[in-house]
Amino acid sequence: MLLNQFLLLGAILFCIGVYGVIARRNAVLVLMSIELILNSVNINLLAFALRDGRTAEQAAAGHTFALYIIAVAAAEVGVGLAMVLLIYRNRRSIALDELSTMKG
Amino acid sequence: MILAASDIYVAQNVAFGIIAAMMILGALRVVTTNNVVHAALYLVLVLAGAAAQYLLLAAEFVAVTQVLVYVGAVMVLFLFGVMLTRAQIGGEADLNNKGWFLGIPVGLLLLGTLTYVLVDTFQDEKLATTSPLVVETGQSEATGGIGTISDAIFKPYLLPFWALSFVLLAAVVGAIVLARKD
Repeated sequence: MLLNQFLLLGAILFCIGVYGVIARRNAVLVLMSIELILNSVNINLLAFALRDGRTAEQAAAGHTFALYIIAVAAAEVGVGLAMVLLIYRNRRSIALDELSTMKG
Repeated sequence: MILAASDIYVAQNVAFGIIAAMMILGALRVVTTNNVVHAALYLVLVLAGAAAQYLLLAAEFVAVTQVLVYVGAVMVLFLFGVMLTRAQIGGEADLNNKGWFLGIPVGLLLLGTLTYVLVDTFQDEKLATTSPLVVETGQSEATGGIGTISDAIFKPYLLPFWALSFVLLAAVVGAIVLARKD
């Protein structure tokens, strides 16, 4: 296995996620695109853990940070969906382009 | 150049190719489908494929955690979010922004830059076939060095672990406060 095949898979998923964040209007779909981005980062971290992990401790460090990213992503989805729910309850819509209250 | 090692470790490369194709198609459907529930189900495909890639990268514990947290918990959360914000079942027409096509050049430009940099930097560097997590620690192959990972979490990376605990606590409290009906 080459290192680059994993890194390129991560890059492709990252770019699809960026496209989703830009193109989507529905807040839940934007959150899903952010999940794609976070997963691509995790693939990169684990590929580099296998590449640069000369000792068991070094490899475990990469795995540790991948686990931390999974935890942060779970927290982010929880808060994000709670905010989406609140917005939906107040406005009966979760279209992001209608949320222009804070526009200067 | 990318497939230069395709004659070695054929099984891993075939598995990688199938899973990667599945993940890319699923990810494309997530950002293009006009049904929110379908997008969530395609996201399951991508997340499960990512777990399989972690197995190929000799990260068994992270793969199991990915299945538990993402495919188990986060997807249920997403489906609840879809159900609580969307009354209608079936496709919808207005899921994209007015300027959605601007995302295509941005994504392609980013992908081109990343591909150029990655191919230029790492060329055809090969990955090791065994992880020191399995070889050095003397634990059986099935555990994937979980003891070493827990040592890493609770010794050198204890401070970020604490910070992460507070982030999770704040997220739980914040989610309850935000979502509760007064």
